[in-house]
Amino acid sequence: MKLRERLTARTLVLAGLVLILVLLPSLATAFFVNFVMTQTLILGLAAATIVFLSRYGGMTSLAQLLMFGIAGFMFGNAALDGGARGLNLGWHPWAAVGFAMLVTTLAAFVLGAIASRTTGIYFLMLTLVYGVIGYFVFAQIVEISGPGGITSIQRPDLLGPPVRLYYAGLLLSVLAYLGFRASRRTAFGLALQGVRDDPVRMASLGFNVALHRALAFTLAGFVAGLAGLLNVWWNGQIDPASISIGPTLILLIIAVIGGISSLEGAWLGAFVYVLVFTYLRDLPLVDGIGITEARFNTVIGVIVLAIMVLSPEGLTGIVQRLRGGARPVHPTEKELGGTRP
Amino acid sequence: MTPALIDADRSSPKGRVTELRRPSVWVAAVVGAAVAAWVLFLAEGTPAGAAVDDPGKFLVTVLDGVTFAGLLFVAASGFTLIFGLMRTVNMAHGSLFLLAAYVAIRVQEAMVGRSRNIDPADVGLLDWLVPLLAGAGVAAVLGLLIQQVFLQWNEGQEMRQTLVTLAITVVLADQMLREFGGLAQRMVWPGAVTHFFSVMGERYAVTRLFMLAIAVLVGVALWLWLTRTSVGMVIRAGVDDRQMVRGLGINIRRVFALTFLAGSFLAGVGGVLGASFAGAAPGTDGSWLLNALVVVIIGGLGSLKGAAAGSLLYGMVVAFSPAYLPSQYSYYAIIMTFGLLALVLAVRPYGLFGRPA
Repeated sequence: MKLRERLTARTLVLAGLVLILVLLPSLATAFFVNFVMTQTLILGLAAATIVFLSRYGGMTSLAQLLMFGIAGFMFGNAALDGGARGLNLGWHPWAAVGFAMLVTTLAAFVLGAIASRTTGIYFLMLTLVYGVIGYFVFAQIVEISGPGGITSIQRPDLLGPPVRLYYAGLLLSVLAYLGFRASRRTAFGLALQGVRDDPVRMASLGFNVALHRALAFTLAGFVAGLAGLLNVWWNGQIDPASISIGPTLILLIIAVIGGISSLEGAWLGAFVYVLVFTYLRDLPLVDGIGITEARFNTVIGVIVLAIMVLSPEGLTGIVQRLRGGARPVHPTEKELGGTRP
Repeated sequence: MTPALIDADRSSPKGRVTELRRPSVWVAAVVGAAVAAWVLFLAEGTPAGAAVDDPGKFLVTVLDGVTFAGLLFVAASGFTLIFGLMRTVNMAHGSLFLLAAYVAIRVQEAMVGRSRNIDPADVGLLDWLVPLLAGAGVAAVLGLLIQQVFLQWNEGQEMRQTLVTLAITVVLADQMLREFGGLAQRMVWPGAVTHFFSVMGERYAVTRLFMLAIAVLVGVALWLWLTRTSVGMVIRAGVDDRQMVRGLGINIRRVFALTFLAGSFLAGVGGVLGASFAGAAPGTDGSWLLNALVVVIIGGLGSLKGAAAGSLLYGMVVAFSPAYLPSQYSYYAIIMTFGLLALVLAVRPYGLFGRPA
């Protein structure tokens, strides 16, 4: 592709957006940058892996938060020393990062290989089972999760100031976005989309269908693991409840809000979610109609319900529909992760 | 993937034999034999001990497994029934389960006239059966409502329907927390069945057998309904070919609604049994959604036979792993569930009795 073809309006808008995000720390309050935007980038990165699997592989995964959690727990176990909780291996932070990513990637490969012969609804259910079983593993085996979670996790010195964590999130998000988009045109990405559309034909052409699905799941698990590392550095602690079924659904919901077949939508959905989560309680009207912080899940649930009823392509779909003429996207049922052609 | 292709491969005896030669089948057989040998002869230092040394404990564990399987079957059969006919994965199944439990507990409290520390002796059989029907009825009506409002008009869009029911789950869980509070509550078994009998030197609770009896009753009723009535016939035909049933002039929408009603009712019955057996609390919905999912993934989605087989296998694993793992590793019981899942999926990707969608 020539440079001129790349310079579409969409690319320019995205480049402008990234530029704004780079300059954001000098434009916005520290709270907005270090709380709202950092969280948005972390959740968006994790949700983007759901979109990647769903869009290019036809697999809607509910196990991405588990990968996120595995990376966090493994880092906590490896990096801490002398605390009362976890394995306390006391390794160098970057060695701990390597260890955490290795374990996460391996776990993703094994889980992906087991799930690789299923798609669509079956895959969704199986990965939900992964997520819940993973939660129970961390909740019950206290040697690796510490009773009640691993606390006071320090980030590596390089990422000391909170704003550097924000930049790390931004860098990884941009890399993941470009990487996922570029992967569409690689041999692997093309084969993966072939597998999504017609597994039988791909198999008869000599492609290893199961292996492609397992590798896609591994790649997504790796990226979700990176998001998990950022999360554990941002939070300073991680406990089993943070990967239980509720948060697992929330991550899928984030992907759905943005539009499950649009990569940008993952970050958009995360932004909307964090905004609602952070600022909803400050609205004066809200208390009056009986919505308090405690009823937050109802609000999120109703929002998702409304989005799914109105437009299964989420906010990106709604935006595209509002813009009307501008190339409406018609994702196939496969791209939405269904099984029916 | 055309089902016909795969079925043709499976149905021929030759295909079956070649399937048995696959390495994954060998691995499954070896693991099965190893587990049996461990439980029968080697399990020293476990809470139960080797089965040949302590047959009483072994029998009790088997009974535990079978009775829990009964509860699993009731909870999963509704799920699999709905999926089999409508291809709808009802993620709100766990919420209906929990809602029925809460409603039944409320009704029972009202009937006995006390809100806590209810003595089983004060609970007549009717004080348990009426709440059961009330709870399951509420679940059935709500299930029907969900189907009519949210699922009827987007039939065939599986992923959209799944996400809609997921969102409903989130809302229902939050609203139930508001209405019924965060404390664990319990339904009380009727006094007539809360005693123990002894079997091979071990005491065993009659309530568990009562639960199994109800589960068997539900299973038999469901089987009779599906195989001996004209509605059941339509449902089975619908499972095989919806378009054809529609083409024959049958109002399949009404059949869909009826099936959803029945499936939600079954979720409710499961919920009330579960609340009597282990109590109800926030989070019960998630764990029972998991249980139903594990059962149908093992057994095969949409197959009643599969639900029964899956319940038995999963119930056995749940009962045996804490009893026959070495004492210091009993926390690892959950991994056994995962192992079972992996093993079954390695041999049959769509479950024991499942077919590709």
